[in-house]
Amino acid sequence: MIIKTANLNLYYDKFQALKNVNLSIKENLITGIIGPSGCGKSTLLRVFNRMNDLIKNVKITGSILIDKKDIYSPVYDLILLRKNVGMVFQRPNAFPISIFDNVAYGPRVWGISDKKTLIEIVERSLAAVDLFDSIKDRLKDSALSLSAEKKQRLCIARLLAVEPQILLMDEPCSALDPIATGKIEELMIELKKKYTIIIVTHNMQQAARIADDVGFMLLGELIEFASAKKIFTNPLDKRTFEYISGRFG
Amino acid sequence: MTFRIGPRTNQIIAYSILLLMTLITVVVLFFIIGYVFKNGIGQLSLEFLTDKTRDMGKEGGILPSILGTFFVTIFAIIIATPLGVGSAVYLVEYTKGGLIHRIISFGADCLAGVPSIIFGLFGFIFFVIKLNLGWSIISGGLTLAVMIIPTIIRTTEEAIKAVPHSFREISYSLGGGKLDTILKVVLPTSLPGILTGVILGIGRAVGETAAVIFTAGSSLGIPTSAFSSTRTLAVHFYILAREGISMPKAYATATVLIIIILLVNFIAYRLMHRFMAKYY
Repeated sequence: MIIKTANLNLYYDKFQALKNVNLSIKENLITGIIGPSGCGKSTLLRVFNRMNDLIKNVKITGSILIDKKDIYSPVYDLILLRKNVGMVFQRPNAFPISIFDNVAYGPRVWGISDKKTLIEIVERSLAAVDLFDSIKDRLKDSALSLSAEKKQRLCIARLLAVEPQILLMDEPCSALDPIATGKIEELMIELKKKYTIIIVTHNMQQAARIADDVGFMLLGELIEFASAKKIFTNPLDKRTFEYISGRFG
Repeated sequence: MTFRIGPRTNQIIAYSILLLMTLITVVVLFFIIGYVFKNGIGQLSLEFLTDKTRDMGKEGGILPSILGTFFVTIFAIIIATPLGVGSAVYLVEYTKGGLIHRIISFGADCLAGVPSIIFGLFGFIFFVIKLNLGWSIISGGLTLAVMIIPTIIRTTEEAIKAVPHSFREISYSLGGGKLDTILKVVLPTSLPGILTGVILGIGRAVGETAAVIFTAGSSLGIPTSAFSSTRTLAVHFYILAREGISMPKAYATATVLIIIILLVNFIAYRLMHRFMAKYY
């Protein structure tokens, strides 16, 4: 069990976005979080790398343990947390710099300046997302010249370059077409051998295709959390059943 | 009975009025440039650009003024760019939207609207007399720097605000601190906008008279140090015309001034375009 939350509540000012969330996320699995828009699934994801810290007036109660350590404790190293828990965003947002510099961004922030080491990291990271062979002659080109799918691969490579353990993915395929989505999904299944992946998606089919465990959220509550098979074939809660059968959301 | 204009006619009228307005603006601009060029271009020669000024400007060239303009402007830009960019970063990234930000922005806006002769007077009293820098390139450059800082702050501010929030999030999510994010993501991404501000600043500095005539002086010698008094092109032109020394030389100086400003803009936009083409 790599991530565990207990009685997690989160407030934006007076609005309660997460209500008493208890869950355990296992290592080297893909955990999908599904639910209608505004149910708090992205907010939950952003708790795990403390991205909500950037927003004013956020209050969090309860505990979030990663590897048995409370990540919100004052002595926890925030920067190290962000290194260990990487995030892939909805839009494939490459920086408007070269492909090489995009991937090298993280390592450089971490103080690696040796050219040979950087080249090695960039090549390894791009290879891990199956991008290296197709763009190895264009590393100096602008990252913005890539297609949306390749950009999202690049964003994942940029993340892998800092050697995280957990990958948070916030609707990583919502800006991609179905073929590109399929390819990114294959990549995720490949990546779970080495990383623990949590993916937020509004696309139930996607969760059914790739997730091992699935959590269903509604209005800030985690209604049900179980194996994907169980959630999609035999959910315990009536609301889960109604959502996955398309009654709402 | 009300008189109605059909929607089609309406469109034509609106289009014609807008086109006319544009034409008037462009024609006035081209008329001014054309008029100055017509009177000045015949006087231009290599000697005029490379010769010393003689007989108060009646004879000889404008080399001292070209050098003076160059040094005063460079000095102003070197001082103003880091200060302006630094202030803008502080305002946007560290005080965002707070009272301090609003007060300083308001101050910068007011400062940008202050007539340049006021800056000239301030520079004269403070730099020339109080700090005892005399009429010099330093005094002129510092005064111009004070004058163009608001422009650089404002354009940089807008450029930094235009950097997508997601870029900052990505940087933080990779473990980057605030400083990494500013230096390696925010500033490079907003570079074209910052350059625009610097170019506007150069334009103002090169063309300025009132602020430099009190601070850099009007000496016609070739500047030998940062403490030399010098006469910029704009001031030289002003004196030639105002004192009736030589109208042909005045027009020739004005032509050189316009060509320099056009060149600065042209080169800067080429650079920016190449930068944008590479990464955007």
